[in-house]
Amino acid sequence: MAIRTKRPKIKNIPYEEFKDNETYEKLVAELNANGVNVVVKTLDDLFDWGRSNSLWPLTFATSCCGIEFMAVCAARYDIARFGFEVTRNSPRQADVILVNGTITHKMAPVLKRLYDQMADPKYVVAIGGCAVAGGPFTKSYHVVKGVDKIIPVDVYVPGCPPRPESFLYGMMQLQRIVKAENFFGTTNRKQKDPQTLSESLESIREVVDKQQEA
Amino acid sequence: MKTMEENKDLQTPAAAEPQKPADAAAPAAKPAAADKPAAAAKPAAARPQPKPEVPGENEIKPRLVELSALHDEMKRMRDEEKMDFLELITGVDWGEEGLGCVYNLWSTETGRREYVKAVCADRDAAFIPTVSDLWTIADIYEREVFDFYGIRFLGHKDMRRVFLREDWVGYPMRKDDKPEEQNPLNMENEVLSDTTVEYNRDADGRITETEHVVFAPDDYMVNIGPQHPSTHGVLHFRVALEGERIKKMDPKLGYIHRGIEKLNESYTYPQTLALTDRMDYLGAMQSRHALCMAIEKAASIEVSDRVQVVRTIMDELQRIDSHILFFSCLCQDMGATTAFLYGFRDREKVLDIFEETCGGRLILNYNMIGGLAADIHPNFQKRVKEFIPYMRKNLKEYYDIFINNVIARNRLIGVGRLSLEQVVSGGCTGPSGRASGWHNDVRKRQPYAAYGKVDFKEIVRTEGDSYARLLCRMDEIEQSLSIIEQLIDNIPEGPFQTKTKPIIKVPAGTYYSCVEGSRGEFGVYLESKGDKSPYRLHYRSTGLPLVWIMDTACRGELIADMMAINGTLDYVVPDIDR
Repeated sequence: MAIRTKRPKIKNIPYEEFKDNETYEKLVAELNANGVNVVVKTLDDLFDWGRSNSLWPLTFATSCCGIEFMAVCAARYDIARFGFEVTRNSPRQADVILVNGTITHKMAPVLKRLYDQMADPKYVVAIGGCAVAGGPFTKSYHVVKGVDKIIPVDVYVPGCPPRPESFLYGMMQLQRIVKAENFFGTTNRKQKDPQTLSESLESIREVVDKQQEA
Repeated sequence: MKTMEENKDLQTPAAAEPQKPADAAAPAAKPAAADKPAAAAKPAAARPQPKPEVPGENEIKPRLVELSALHDEMKRMRDEEKMDFLELITGVDWGEEGLGCVYNLWSTETGRREYVKAVCADRDAAFIPTVSDLWTIADIYEREVFDFYGIRFLGHKDMRRVFLREDWVGYPMRKDDKPEEQNPLNMENEVLSDTTVEYNRDADGRITETEHVVFAPDDYMVNIGPQHPSTHGVLHFRVALEGERIKKMDPKLGYIHRGIEKLNESYTYPQTLALTDRMDYLGAMQSRHALCMAIEKAASIEVSDRVQVVRTIMDELQRIDSHILFFSCLCQDMGATTAFLYGFRDREKVLDIFEETCGGRLILNYNMIGGLAADIHPNFQKRVKEFIPYMRKNLKEYYDIFINNVIARNRLIGVGRLSLEQVVSGGCTGPSGRASGWHNDVRKRQPYAAYGKVDFKEIVRTEGDSYARLLCRMDEIEQSLSIIEQLIDNIPEGPFQTKTKPIIKVPAGTYYSCVEGSRGEFGVYLESKGDKSPYRLHYRSTGLPLVWIMDTACRGELIADMMAINGTLDYVVPDIDR
């Protein structure tokens, strides 16, 4: 029996008006493939409602799109309406990393490190042509052709730079993804833990053994 | 056939040689030339095809100086001929002839320009004597040349890579280098070395290496960046502290190096335009204006009067946009969030005007070779005229909310002071240099577009501290408004685009053009072999000298004041890294 999930409600924009609902429905079906407990699901909905309306972005901007991000944060476009205005300067406190601008070869390890430093559940939004696929610099020797080569991306926002409206639309798409996720029980982790507990215990034991031998 | 053409090109400039110095020395001649196109616009359509190629008016002829005499000659020019401003060092790969540099010198006293060329024939062991002891800005320019061309500078104290990773293989700007093959994406964190090498030639002509220590093991280090909200982009400062005071600072660049100059060498001229907007995105109009101007003058494409005036207005609108953003970001960095919102409220008005005419908010893509992408929108004049009194009224609020605020004054006055000598030697153009008393406004010194026809003041202050740099920019907003006011009702009729050949080719030669960008002089060095793509296209970054002067400006200051100094110098990182 197919599991029927509630359609997430995003303020002021009806479900039908979102583009690409097929991909979204596929994602929802994947996430709920094993079925969920009714009680847990209800709790999940409550948590996801809270989480999706207070996604804290990391201030991460490398070039032009960063200026547009500032414009989105300012009075006219007012990202605070969606609860995204709490920009964090530390990846430890951030929920979502907005990759604003070109990622170069020199920057790539830094971006990966920032992503690794963020706590789960974490999201990535690739903003602008450069972050999506290298943009106008795709032929360059020093540009990463899309951040999805390095880190998993949840939402792509094309444009050079994207207009503030598409910025907000992309963020609303992210809200829908958050609303579809199960928070309790099976967290939808994207990244495997670097070491499982038993492995790490084993490695500690090895070190201790070596020290004792010495 | 082609070689014949090239030979002809090479000969014609020689014949026109005597005209050249007069051109550079008498900038007043330019506005007169700008008047001409309006009358010539109509016959231009029926231009005879095999037109004899005349050298562009911005052609430069670098004088070749022997490597052994280079340092003494540069010293002589600086001291005796008062060539105090080293504008640019461009590394070039001349193939068979060897690797080398072109030095642009500009005298702030006499206004004379000089171009010097140094060539090293040995590609595997290219050594050129340094001039970094004569001008502090040569320090970073030479490191840039080393990074991209592998030319080592004898006597330079710090020959480390600065843009590319320290473990990068090869020199990507060389014509025979294959950077993609040698350097796959490396996800290992970069290890930064604490020591550096100086090369010298001893009495026997052998190369000696001396090691220098950048940071000693017991230095107290703080890393700022590469991802720091206040560095206005991705930039890495390694700072050594003595208590709370800054002892030394070592900027690492290249986190947004996108290889624009290498890309340009494979693009046609109209294609190269697209990338200029994305370098200094707060000076998009001006950068593109500079490149269009360089190509137009080099290829002798005439531009109508209407275009010149519209370009001037757009440049000034862009300057206002940039200075407002500067103000907002400075406030934000110093913790005044309300002032940030005030700034962005007014900036949106400028963006609305841009959007109507250009279609873009930030990346505008408006200037084209020979004109503009589209004519101005019917509402343009009305909107601009509404904006001028609106901005004048709101500018007063900036003073009330931040500039006259006692906290802002205490944190800015007397902080990060730069002397006139430091600024000139460090090549800090734009408002940051003018705050220290250096008259360096390109719009005044070498008027281009319609700047010769308008009346405006060059804002110069003498204090040289962070507060002076802030006030300079605020006063420039007023001057820009006044320039726009003078021009907005007098936009001449005419075509917005001159007809150009389908494939634009620039006659062989070397050209240099510059404009006053939002944060300093933006220059375009163009070397052509007569093809449809440039042989070398190098930009004089407005921000690079400003980042390099940070070390001087911050020494002895508190680490907490670093962000204020950084903010008032106002650089844009993608423009530095290119």
